This record gives sequence, structure tokens and C-alpha cells, in this order.
Amino acid sequence: MLTEENIKKVEELKKRYPTKEALILPVLWMIQKQEGYISEESMKYVASLLNIPVGQILGVVTFYTMLKRKKTGKNHIEVCTNVSCMLRGSAKIMEHLEKRLGIKAGETSPDQKWTLSEAECMGSCGTAPMLAVGDEYYENLTIEKVDQLIEKLK
Amino acid sequence: MNFIPSDKKHLNDWKRIIIPDDNELHKIDHYISCGGYRALEKALEMKPEEIIEEVKKSNLRGRGGACFPTGLKWSFMPKNSDKPKYLCVNGDESEPGTFKDRQIFEHNPHLLIEGTIIACYAMGVTSAYIYIRGEYNKWIMMLQKAIDDAYTKGFIGENILGKDFSTQITIHRGAGAYICGEESSLMNSIEGKRGYPRVKPPFPAQSGLWGCPTTINNAETISNVPLIINNGWEWYSKIGASRHPGPILIGVSGNINNPGVFEMPTGRPLLEIINEWAGGATANKKIKAVIPGGSSTMILRGDQLEGVCMDSESLKSAGSSVGTAGIIVMDEDTDLIDVITRITKFYYHESCGQCTPCREGTNWMFRILKRFQNYEACSEDIDLLLDIANNIEGNTVCALGDAAAWPVQSIIRNFRDEFEKRTKASELKEAGN
Repeated sequence: MLTEENIKKVEELKKRYPTKEALILPVLWMIQKQEGYISEESMKYVASLLNIPVGQILGVVTFYTMLKRKKTGKNHIEVCTNVSCMLRGSAKIMEHLEKRLGIKAGETSPDQKWTLSEAECMGSCGTAPMLAVGDEYYENLTIEKVDQLIEKLK
Repeated sequence: MNFIPSDKKHLNDWKRIIIPDDNELHKIDHYISCGGYRALEKALEMKPEEIIEEVKKSNLRGRGGACFPTGLKWSFMPKNSDKPKYLCVNGDESEPGTFKDRQIFEHNPHLLIEGTIIACYAMGVTSAYIYIRGEYNKWIMMLQKAIDDAYTKGFIGENILGKDFSTQITIHRGAGAYICGEESSLMNSIEGKRGYPRVKPPFPAQSGLWGCPTTINNAETISNVPLIINNGWEWYSKIGASRHPGPILIGVSGNINNPGVFEMPTGRPLLEIINEWAGGATANKKIKAVIPGGSSTMILRGDQLEGVCMDSESLKSAGSSVGTAGIIVMDEDTDLIDVITRITKFYYHESCGQCTPCREGTNWMFRILKRFQNYEACSEDIDLLLDIANNIEGNTVCALGDAAAWPVQSIIRNFRDEFEKRTKASELKEAGN
């Protein structure tokens, strides 16, 4: 369920687009921000809110990498491993994180504290290697900086 | 982020105009006091077709990869249409090695907004969407703040500057799909569909967003428009390379001492950019290879760089393209098989799956390259890779297929010996077992 504030935002957004389908992505972003992920229940809710078949919502959710269908750990660490980061040592950063957190890329720790993922280029090539936790970018990484970050997020 | 060349002495001539040396420009009052929104005032005194003519004559070409002449693109929009017309500003910026538009959102958002409004006026657009990749949420919020400020000042909205012209600007946030940087899948994404590219024709100017006339321009391209209106097409067309003029944001990354985004006129020598602006290869190593314009562009050998300049024509004759001007430098210690395997994995991951050659071919190329990485490749694998790449190229709805094929084709063309060495080593390894 969207919060009252978000419902108001949806009403405002309706003025910006000629169709209700265009609201699918903005509404899904609101749901994900509220709940942390998009459950089947939420998809049904979005379908009824916008009066769109639920299959269409599912089609959108499954197309986009950033829309999550499962809960992630409290801290979702995404390490860019694309070329520019790779040339500046992203493999070592990933290896260190796997050791430090005791999980492999793609896994969530049993205590639900950490999720570690390999990510595609996030547009931070001039400050490589980098990782992101949520909206926050951590750039020009070293092993020491990664350790400090883990301590901070713990 | 570095904006300043490592050795400024030689490079002092160029005064940055897209990302000026000014940390306060994102504040609207400061932007106005520096002459901001004057181009909008001037444009609203002109006839729309005069603006299109001005942009045409300036020779501004798109900064999103295809280098298409912007004024010509605008002139495709029908003058009289019963349907509403739309503008999409492409800030999806997902090409590996590219991190320039983000600097505009952060450091000079009002230039982008001003350009967007002028473009809307020139084409009779009443609603513009700025599509930005989902990962850039921080920058989306910065740009949103700037847009809100511009609404408050009356630069966007109803009867802009008291004229009979109204337009709105909405940011549409993507959600992590490289393909949505392709113009037709960008439109599908805004419409709330899966981001599949569309078959062209019809081109967006005839049938774009919701079947209405639409133009899609890159965020950096749009940011050049106020400069042209303020200073005139003649001034603009004399900056840099004559067939691809203007200031350009060039990202340099990889094995380099001073990585960053550098603003300069087009047409600067690639070696000057690498060695002087970006401080040369790390630890004074030799340069083995350079990708000049983001990971989709053809890779060049280190010994092929002499005389090559950063403009569309020069790079075309060198066998590559300017793309999104994201230069990736690789030194002599780089394992190019690792590089091409990673690039191909990216295209495999990002293929939308609509066309068979791309969906199956990127996966197949990735699996073969994994064999090279693991010392399990045989000599036939080199030509098999080429064969697959050649069968993807030109056989897909959008250019992602080409973008996956070109790096593979060019790396085998330029570094075939590395692949042959690897197959020999693989055979030895197998014999040893």
C-alpha cells in the first residue's frame, strides 16, 4: 500500500503523462522505496491502483535489474566489475568483500545484514574502482576504505 | 572527480563552458547572475524555425554516440500536427566508460534545463521527459531541485516569460537496463512497457512516444543549445573540428594517472588527451590498447594512436568511432582476453532478448571467450567467434547487437596473435594433462 504522501504524488504525476501505464515505473519505485522490494502482493496492488492487468506489472518488474522481487540484506553492496573498474582492481575489492562478509557475490548473509552483488558499469569510471550501497556511491576504493565502510555499516 | 588536466600549462587556452570552473552554478540565482536563462529570453524572441536553422548551421552533432546532426533531427518534426509533440532528453548514460552527463546534472543542471526549454519551443513541444538511469538517484534529486527552482522562477510551466508558450519537464527514472539508452526502448520504458527497441521506420519524429511526433537528444547535446543561441552558429561552428564542432566532454578511465572528465574542443589528438590531460598511463607503462568512445566502439592498438583525433571523422578513418567519448586506456600488462570476456558478458547480460542473433549470439560468444580465459580454447574458436559476431552485426532491431559484435571483431582483427597464443597454450595444457 502506498503512503498517503505517495498517493498524492501519484495524483500529481497523472497530470504529467497521457496514459496510466506510464505511471507503472514511478509507482514501482515508490513501492520499492517503502517496502525494500516488490512482492507479488504489491504487484497486485499496483495493478488495481492503476487498473492495469497484473501480468503487465510483472512484465515490467522482471525486465529491470534494479527492481527487486526478493528482500535483500540490510546493506546491499553492489561492486562494479565492468572494464574501467576491472582495470583498476575491482576483482580484489570483490574478493576482499567476499572474505570479509563470508558470502559470495549474489548471496545474502544468514543474518540478513548483507547482500553482495556484482554490478554493471554505474558511471563512475573516472573514480574506479567503486561500489554502491543503495543510492550512495563509494569511489576510488582501496582495501582500507572498504574495511572502514564495513565498520561504518555494521 | 578530476576536471583539471594533470599538466595545465599547455592546456590553458580552453575555458570550460559546459562545466565551467564554478561550484555554485547549480544554484539558480547564481546561474542567472552569470548570464543564465538569457539564451531562453533570446530564443523566445526568435521564430521557432529560426532556432532550428541556427542549430543546423552550427553543425552541432549528437553526443550520445551516433553523432547525428541535431538541427537536422529537429527539422524532421512535423510543423503542423494534430497530435501533441514530445521531447525526450536521454540521460541514461549506461555505456561502460561513460560518466559525463552525470557531471552536467551535478555541476550545471540549469544549462541542461535551459537547453531543454529552448528545444521545446523550437519544435513546439509541450512536454519533455528527461530519462535518467536509476542508479543516478542522487543526481536525479539534484536535477529535480534545479527543475523545481526553474518552475518557481517561471522558466518552465505556463506562459513562460510571459509569452504564449507553455511546456513542462518531468524526470523519468530508469531502473537498471542498458538497453533503455536506445531511443526507441527509452520511449517504451517511459510508456510503462518492457524496454524493447522498436523497428524503424517509423522514426520517432513520425511516431514516437504514444505514437506522437518525438525527438530524442542526449543530455550533453541539449546542453550545447544555449551556447549556440547566446553566441551564434558562426562562433560555435569554429570551435574544434569543423565537421563535428563544439565543446565535448571526454571521460578518461582505466590504467591512467589522472582519470576524469575533461571538457575541450572536439578534434584534440587522442595521445594529447591521454598523455597531457589525463597524465599518461600509470607507472609510465606502454599503452597496449585504447577503447576511444565507450565499450561499444572498436578497440585500437597502442601503436595506432598517432595522429588520431577525438572527432567523428578522424576516428572513423582510424577504424573506430567517437561514441560517447569515454576513453578506456589499457597498459601493456592488460590481459585483453579478460577485457573482451568482461565486455561480452556485459552485452549478454544487457541484451533484451528480443532478437535471436543478439540473445543467442552474445551468450555464445561469452561461453567461447570463457574457454579462452580458462585455457580450454582450440584454434577454430577464433574464427567461430568472428563468425558469430559477423552474424549478429546488422541483423538485429537495434544497435546493441552491433555494439556487442564490434569489440569482438576489432579485438581479433588487432590482437589476433594474443588469441593464437592462448589457443596454443590451451593445447599445451591439454597435452600436459
